[in-house]
Amino acid sequence: MAKVVIDGVEYEVNPDNNLLQECLSNGLDLPYFCWHPCMGSVGACRQCAVKQYRDSEDTNGNIVMACMTPAADGAIISINDDQAKDMRERVIESLMISHPHDCPVCEEGGECHLQDMTLMSGHNYRRYDKKKVTHRNQYLGPFINHEMNRCITCYRCVRYYDDYAGGTDLAAQASHHHTYFGRYEEGVLESEFSGNLVEVCPTGVFTDKAFSEHYSRKWDLQTAPSICAGCGTGCNITPGERYGTLRRVVNRYNSEINGYFICDRGRFGFDYVNSPERIRLSPEISDDVEKKLEQFKTDDAIGIGSPRASNESNFALRELVGEDRFFSGLSDSDHEAVQLTLALGQDAAFRSPSVKEIELADAVIIIGEDVTNTSPRVALALRQSVRNYAMDLAKQSQIPAWQDAAVRELAQHDRSPLAILTPYTTRLDDIASEIVLGPPSQLIEVAGAVAKAISENAPTISSGDDRVAQIAKYLAEAKRPLIVSGCSAGRIDFIKVAANLARALSEQRQEVIDLCLTAPEANTLGMSMLTNEENTLGAALDKIRRGEARKVIVLENDLYRRAPHPDVTDALEKADSLLVLDQLPTKTTEKATLLLPATSFSEHEATYVNYEGRAQVSFQVHQNNSGALPSWRWLSKDRKENISSLTERLVKCSCSFEGIKTLRPEIHVAVSGMQIPRQSHRYSGRTAMRANLNVHEPKQPVDEESVLSFSMEGIPPGKDATILGAPWSPSWNSNQSISKFQEEVNGDLKQGNTGQLLLDRDKSDTYLEIKLDVPKADGGLEVALVHQIFGSGELSAKSKALQKRMVDPYIGLSKADAESLGLSQGDSVSIDGNGNVAAVVVRTKMKVGTAALYCGENDIDHHALGETVHLQKVASSHHRGLGNLIVSDLYEEGY
Amino acid sequence: MSGNLIASTARKARKLTEEEVHEIEHEMELYPDKKAVGLEALKIVQKHQGWVSDESMQAISKFLEIPVSDLESVATFFNLVYRQPVGENVILFCNSVSCWVMGCESIKSHINEKLGIDFGQTSEDGKFTFLPVPCLGDCDKAPVMMVGDDLHRNLTHDKIDELILTYRKSKQVE
Repeated sequence: MAKVVIDGVEYEVNPDNNLLQECLSNGLDLPYFCWHPCMGSVGACRQCAVKQYRDSEDTNGNIVMACMTPAADGAIISINDDQAKDMRERVIESLMISHPHDCPVCEEGGECHLQDMTLMSGHNYRRYDKKKVTHRNQYLGPFINHEMNRCITCYRCVRYYDDYAGGTDLAAQASHHHTYFGRYEEGVLESEFSGNLVEVCPTGVFTDKAFSEHYSRKWDLQTAPSICAGCGTGCNITPGERYGTLRRVVNRYNSEINGYFICDRGRFGFDYVNSPERIRLSPEISDDVEKKLEQFKTDDAIGIGSPRASNESNFALRELVGEDRFFSGLSDSDHEAVQLTLALGQDAAFRSPSVKEIELADAVIIIGEDVTNTSPRVALALRQSVRNYAMDLAKQSQIPAWQDAAVRELAQHDRSPLAILTPYTTRLDDIASEIVLGPPSQLIEVAGAVAKAISENAPTISSGDDRVAQIAKYLAEAKRPLIVSGCSAGRIDFIKVAANLARALSEQRQEVIDLCLTAPEANTLGMSMLTNEENTLGAALDKIRRGEARKVIVLENDLYRRAPHPDVTDALEKADSLLVLDQLPTKTTEKATLLLPATSFSEHEATYVNYEGRAQVSFQVHQNNSGALPSWRWLSKDRKENISSLTERLVKCSCSFEGIKTLRPEIHVAVSGMQIPRQSHRYSGRTAMRANLNVHEPKQPVDEESVLSFSMEGIPPGKDATILGAPWSPSWNSNQSISKFQEEVNGDLKQGNTGQLLLDRDKSDTYLEIKLDVPKADGGLEVALVHQIFGSGELSAKSKALQKRMVDPYIGLSKADAESLGLSQGDSVSIDGNGNVAAVVVRTKMKVGTAALYCGENDIDHHALGETVHLQKVASSHHRGLGNLIVSDLYEEGY
Repeated sequence: MSGNLIASTARKARKLTEEEVHEIEHEMELYPDKKAVGLEALKIVQKHQGWVSDESMQAISKFLEIPVSDLESVATFFNLVYRQPVGENVILFCNSVSCWVMGCESIKSHINEKLGIDFGQTSEDGKFTFLPVPCLGDCDKAPVMMVGDDLHRNLTHDKIDELILTYRKSKQVE
């Protein structure tokens, strides 16, 4: 710790940081634009000018940029010095010269960092009366609006998009007063993380296009702290509701997981909540629904759980049907893989790294998991991990880590090692040191050989690949190696070999090794923790077919995504009665004899377990008005059941859920025991909202379960970030106000709950056996499943914005395979002749013998396919086409 | 199959000429990484093509394996990388302080009249493009201008007439 004097007051600061960061960490207001806690300083905007004095004798001092000055011990500065204040006011005056006066129609208005900083700097009169510089805006795709006239050239957008997120299609163009931030030409912003531009831009150049269609001011949105349901990473989000519909999703800071950024699936994939197709309680059944439900509450019912439903709902179902009759809602192969993931999650040799910890890795191997498309936020963290080499270099050269331009200049293109073992090119290839491309069986071989090269005790697997020794070397020598895999590829051997590799490293280094196994859905791990290992979906379907289960309850799950379609149809038709609870219609709901509407993620309070085994609570944001209830409420024996008592029983039943007890804050933590408002104190129009229907204002809905209320009355969370939906602090209306809730900038939230890790690491195990069975040479191609960030998530794929970026099912082939099968780019093929049709995508870097299969929205019954497939050309049929496909190795000649 | 079924991120690029490739490859030897050659490559292509078209941008981007948006950053940063077609002869006319003191405004009006073009325009016959520059570093001979690679000093109306005649005749004065 160092001491600095700021305006005569002594503060303890971290000398490794810059003065701006330390001023903010100490709660002082100092305006800034270009600096960002995750992106360091470049000194571009000159807004954070302060006066620095040589020593206590110095009365003149000189102006420095706080963001470019280390918080060195003994520094004496002044924020309030007249000259410094004048400088900041003049700087903002010049930044504002061409800024339009369009705040009333600008979507950033009310949560605009530029508005806040302008006010804070004291600039309130525009002296400039000449013509402003104007620009042409670009079409940037369905997610982002572009309004370049508002730009103040802080360069944050390109520093985020290019430098931080690895985008290649947004750049600063031209210079001085006509600097332009845009694409080379109009078109979709390609990065999977483009939505963060909305929050990174300090003003309204980049705004949320999906939000534009039903815009509302920040203060008019009803919000609550929520968890993204897009994948198994568990990013924290703040959804906002107005007039009964969900309007937008923004990032919610969690120091362990998403920090300041989320992916575009999370940001733009929520709209299914508002879908007119949402299942409603049909009037015919609403009267005797209780009676109808009663018939399922008997001993001969079985329940099938759901990886996208909460712990509470899965538990309620399990309680209803009994532990032995509660079955996994995953495909059999996923179930096996996730059970293994859970077992590895209790192994003392490994650590399941949080997203923040992933950023600390300095040597990484990814085995068979396309993280950009399955757990996107993890991919963004891996992009930061490869910069640890640069950080080390900087340290050696005594360059502070926050000196962003200097650190990047120093390291140039040198990065920490990252090996990617993949059947097809991925969106992380640009930062990889080794890319091993091949069919899945070959990749398992390479990973197995790396493990063997690290520890003699590992199972003997050899590979002819000459990169094995190199990969083994840097993993063994790294300060913090990381192994990433997952079950999305449908190959449990990827996870086994990843575990063996981690174990080999653990043996060789005698330490706990980071093993990140991603989970595909919001509560994959939670549901699996409640499921007995032998209770597979296959076993459930068998039971139904054999007539041993006449009554079936399916919880928020489309079984057609989990098992071969004929098997599911066969089983469901054999059941006497089928109760399905879900949000949107699926093939499974079509078969239901009783269909009940379930609330979506933003309509209930619930807990979810992410890939690390971290349980988090997601609060209800708004009410469902179409009769839907949380599934657990439909299923519980007592309709007056309350979530606290259900949680208590869950903890009692399964001791691994002990940790979730502390997640839900209790009412006595709030001021005077008053509920905390979900609406801001500026929430407008409450009395007029329904005036078109009735001039009598209805009573606000009462929330009897939560610490939050559906009201603007009460005291908003001043410090407690656990219940902080939308951060706000006096003078700080934008999302940058989050620094007022952090212990230190980019650090832990004050009283913030980052969730509870549920899995105890108290077991030890040995190497897993891997069967290296190369698929039979039957002339077929080895299947590697492909996932798309926009399309593979079951619910998010129903969102309008995401649908504009989705593609048809396709099959990626090498040029040689395509030629020998007489196929060319864009042809339609039938897969194994059973009605599965995909478009051919010829890719230059695919290995001969591999077929990369994207199943669309479950358009292809991939569970019915074997490890190899045969293709046959059929008449072309296209729906969405493949115009939105972004791959780096598309074969282009000749079409 | 139709090209619009699959939209690729790469677009049609023109083929770089052998000379261009040769010169760019020479530059590549002088720099530690390809990205650094972007500006030189733009200059080389401009030297041969007169300007840098969208197709040339794509070609350089592919050849150097750098994103075309990064290349555009460089191309648009430098005013003398032409992203629009220019005339056979580019007149870089100094309108900075010394030349202004020495009466460049009247010279400029004379050129405007003779060629029928103002700053930023190209004459109808495609022979001349007229651009302002801030200083050519030859203030003691002001007013000055450059045409192509040649510097012309102590400009007068007569001298302008003479130069226009000469440059109209040949593409480049040897």
